[in-house]
Amino acid sequence: MHMENEKRIGVYICHCGLNIAGTVDVEEVAKYAATLPHVVIARDYRYICSDPGQELIKNDIKELKLNRVVVASCSPRMHEHTFRKACLAAGLNPYLYEHVNIREHCSWVHADKKQATEKAKDLIRAAVQRVYYHEPLEVKEIPVNPNTLVVGGGIAGIEAALKIANSGRKVYLVEKEPSIGGHMIQLDTTFPTLDCSECIMTPKMSEVGHHSNIELLAYSEVEEVSGSVGNFKVKVKKKARYVDESKCIGCGICEQKCPWKVPSEFEVGLGQRKAIYIPFAQAIPNIATVDKDHCVYIQSGGKKCGACIKACEAGAVNFDQTDQVVELEVGAIILATGYDLFDASWIPQYGYGKYDNVITALEFERMTCAAGPTLGKIQLKDGKTPQSVAIIHCVGSRDKNYCEYCSRICCMYALKHAHHLRDKINAAVYQMYIDMRCTGDSYEEFYNRVSEEGVVFIKGKVAEVTDRAKTEEEEGKLIVIAENTLLGKVMRIPVDMVILCPAMVARSDAAEIARKFSITQKATGFFLERHAKLEPQVSAMDGVFLAGCCQFPKDIPDSVSHGRAAAAAALELIDRGSVAAEAAIACVDEALCHGCGICEEICEFQAPKVIVKDGRMVSMVNEALCKGCGACAVACPSGAMSIKHFTRDEISTMIKELAAEKND
Amino acid sequence: MGNFEPKIVAFCCNWCSYAGADLAGTSRIQYSPNIRVIRVMCSGRVNPLFVIKALSIGADGVLVLGCHPGDCHYIEGNYKTMRRIPLLQKMLKQLGIEEERVRLEWVSASEGAKFAEVTNGFTESVRKLGPNSLGHSKQSSKEAKHG
Ligand code: FES
Repeated sequence: MHMENEKRIGVYICHCGLNIAGTVDVEEVAKYAATLPHVVIARDYRYICSDPGQELIKNDIKELKLNRVVVASCSPRMHEHTFRKACLAAGLNPYLYEHVNIREHCSWVHADKKQATEKAKDLIRAAVQRVYYHEPLEVKEIPVNPNTLVVGGGIAGIEAALKIANSGRKVYLVEKEPSIGGHMIQLDTTFPTLDCSECIMTPKMSEVGHHSNIELLAYSEVEEVSGSVGNFKVKVKKKARYVDESKCIGCGICEQKCPWKVPSEFEVGLGQRKAIYIPFAQAIPNIATVDKDHCVYIQSGGKKCGACIKACEAGAVNFDQTDQVVELEVGAIILATGYDLFDASWIPQYGYGKYDNVITALEFERMTCAAGPTLGKIQLKDGKTPQSVAIIHCVGSRDKNYCEYCSRICCMYALKHAHHLRDKINAAVYQMYIDMRCTGDSYEEFYNRVSEEGVVFIKGKVAEVTDRAKTEEEEGKLIVIAENTLLGKVMRIPVDMVILCPAMVARSDAAEIARKFSITQKATGFFLERHAKLEPQVSAMDGVFLAGCCQFPKDIPDSVSHGRAAAAAALELIDRGSVAAEAAIACVDEALCHGCGICEEICEFQAPKVIVKDGRMVSMVNEALCKGCGACAVACPSGAMSIKHFTRDEISTMIKELAAEKND
Repeated sequence: MGNFEPKIVAFCCNWCSYAGADLAGTSRIQYSPNIRVIRVMCSGRVNPLFVIKALSIGADGVLVLGCHPGDCHYIEGNYKTMRRIPLLQKMLKQLGIEEERVRLEWVSASEGAKFAEVTNGFTESVRKLGPNSLGHSKQSSKEAKHG
C-alpha cells in the first residue's frame, strides 16, 4: 500500500530495566513518538539490545516495511553498532538507522521525571526528523595490514609481542631504552612465590630477541603515527647508539676500558655504569650503547679519549652514526608503555634525598638482588647492616594531595621486603600501613606467613621521618613518627633504615604518547580504556590496544593477562582481514563546486583534490583518505562540499527541533 | 521572568566531548536538564551558521564542545573551531546579541565532571542574560498569551 520512496520509521524506546524507565516515562514517550510524522510504529521495550529486542526490530522491518529505524537507549558509543547490525540483518542499510542517547545523556543525569521525559521526547523528535534525511551508504571493506606494532618492552609488551609472533604474525617491538625488560627485570624476587624475577623474565626476553617474527627496535621511539585502524603508518626514530648493531657481540670490553663513570639507571643510582655501557648482564639486545651526554669523546668533538674505539676488536664503535627514522606499516598497535614511580622527594617530610638511609622500594630491590651493586648485601650507606627497618606504605598513593588511587602492588612487595629483611639479616621490621590490601591468589596466605615471621604491623599514616632525637635510644637513628590508629596514640619508632613504597604514576611522557596515538588519558594520567569492565585492553581509538600499567597499576600476573588480552584483540582484527571503511565521508556536489581549492587547503588528510573535469575545475574527494571530520564542508564557500550522514539538512533539522519554541 | 528556563543547544564532538558527557552519565553526575546535545564527529564540523541558526530560531545559548587543543581526533579540527567561534562571537556582538550566548569549551573523554560543570555554569549565565531577543518573537507572543 505504501509508495516506493515513502519514509516508514520505526521508533524503539528502551527501558534499560529501570536505568531509563526509572526516570523517563517510557510509555508516554512511546505514545508521543507514535504521533511524529512518518512514524509507523513506536514501541517501548525492557531491554531492546537483547536478542528478543533486536528480533522485534527485525520483524517490524520486514512486516511493517520499515525503511528507517530509531532506537532511544544508551550511548551510541555503546550500542549503535548493535542496532546497525540488526538493521543490516533484516535487509536494511545500516546507515538508515539513528541512535538516541536517553540514558547517559538523560535518565542518569537528571532526577526530575517530568524534565527527563520532556528531554527524551525532544531528542527522539530530533532523531526522527533526522533519520528522514538519512541515505543508504555503501560500506566498503579495506584490507588490514597483518603486522602489529608493540610499544614498550616490559612484561606486558613482551607477552603481547610473543603471543602474536607465536601465532605466526609479524611484530615490531619498539623499546625506548637500550634493552627490553622494563621494571620487572629490575626486581629481585616476585611476590608471593618469591621466585627470582630475572629467572622468569630473561627466557622471555631472549625469546623476543631470537624470534623470527619479532623485529626488535630497541633504543627507539615512535615519532609519528598516521592512518587508521588496519593501516597505520608509523615513523620510528632509532637513536644513534654509536655502536654498529651488526658488529657488536656484547663482549663488554669497551665498557671495561671506558674511564668515565655515570650513575646507573638500571641500578636506580645505587651503582655506576660507564659512558659506553650494556645496562645489565642479560640485556636484549646485548649491544653496547654510548651515552652521548657523558661520553668525553663526543663532548670534546673527538679530541679526547676514544678508549672504546681502540678497545673494540670487532670495530663496532662508530661515532659517525646518526639517528635513523624507519617507517613501519602495521594494522594494529599495542601500547605497553608502562609507568613511572612517584618521586618520593615530593613529600619532603619523609626525608628522601635528605637522609642517606631513606631509600625507595626499588632501590631496596636492587640492594637485595644478588646481581645488584651490593651483591645482595642489605646495608646502610656506611656499609653496616641495619638492625631495624621501617617500611612506609602509600607514599603518594591513597593521598588526595598526590594520587587518590591505590597503586595495588605496594602492600605485597612491602611484605616481600619484610620477609627478606627477616630472613637475610634478622632485622626488626615495622610495616607502616593504612590498610593491608592482599587481594590476589595466595596473597592473603603470604601476608599471614610474613606476619608470623615477627614483623610488626602499625596501622597509621606516617607523618614524618626525622633524625632529631628526643631520647638516648633515638640518637643516631631515623625516627618514624606516626599515629597508631588502632591504639589512638602517636608513636616514635627509631630505625636504621626507612624504605618508601612510592605510588605508581602515569609516565611523565604519557600526554605526548596519548597525543601521538590519538588516545585519551584518564584524570589519573593513565590511558583511558574503551570500557572499564568489558574492554580494559582497548583504547578509544580503533586499532590501538592497551597492555599493562599504562592503563592502570597492575601486578605481574595482571600485566601478563592484560598483555595477552591486547594480543588477542590485535589478532582478532588482523585475522578478520578487513575493516569497514568510514562511509560517512565528504562528497562534492559538482554542479555547485567552483574548484576554488579551499577544501584542499583545510583538509589535514589531503583527501580533496581539485581536478579538471569536463573542462572545468571541480574538487574530488579521495574516499580512502577522507575521515569524515567535516572541516571542508564548513569552509566550502559554495556549499558544494557535504558530509554524508552529517549533511547540512540533517544537522539543521536537529537544530530546528531542539532550538525552536515548541508550539504546544 | 522568574521561571525563565533557557534553551541550550550543545554541539559535542564524538571523540572527546560526547564521550565526556557519557562519562558524566555513567558517573551519575547530575546537571541542568536544559541542554540538548547534537553529536558531530568533530568540533570542526560546527558551521558558525549552525550556531546562528540555533540562536535565530529560539536557542538562548549555544555551547560548542571539542577535544582539548592538540587532542582532536582529526588532528586540527578544533584549531579551526578555535578561530571560527571567537569571530562569530564578535559578529554577534555587532548584531546586538550578547556574545556570552555562545561558548566554546574543551571537554575530554575523561572530564565527565567538567562537562556537568560547563553545562551548569553556562545554563546559569544564560539564565542571567534572560531570553535571547533574536529567537523569541514567539516567546513574546507566548508571554502576551500568558500575560
Ligand atoms: S574530534 Fe573532538 S574536536 Fe575534533
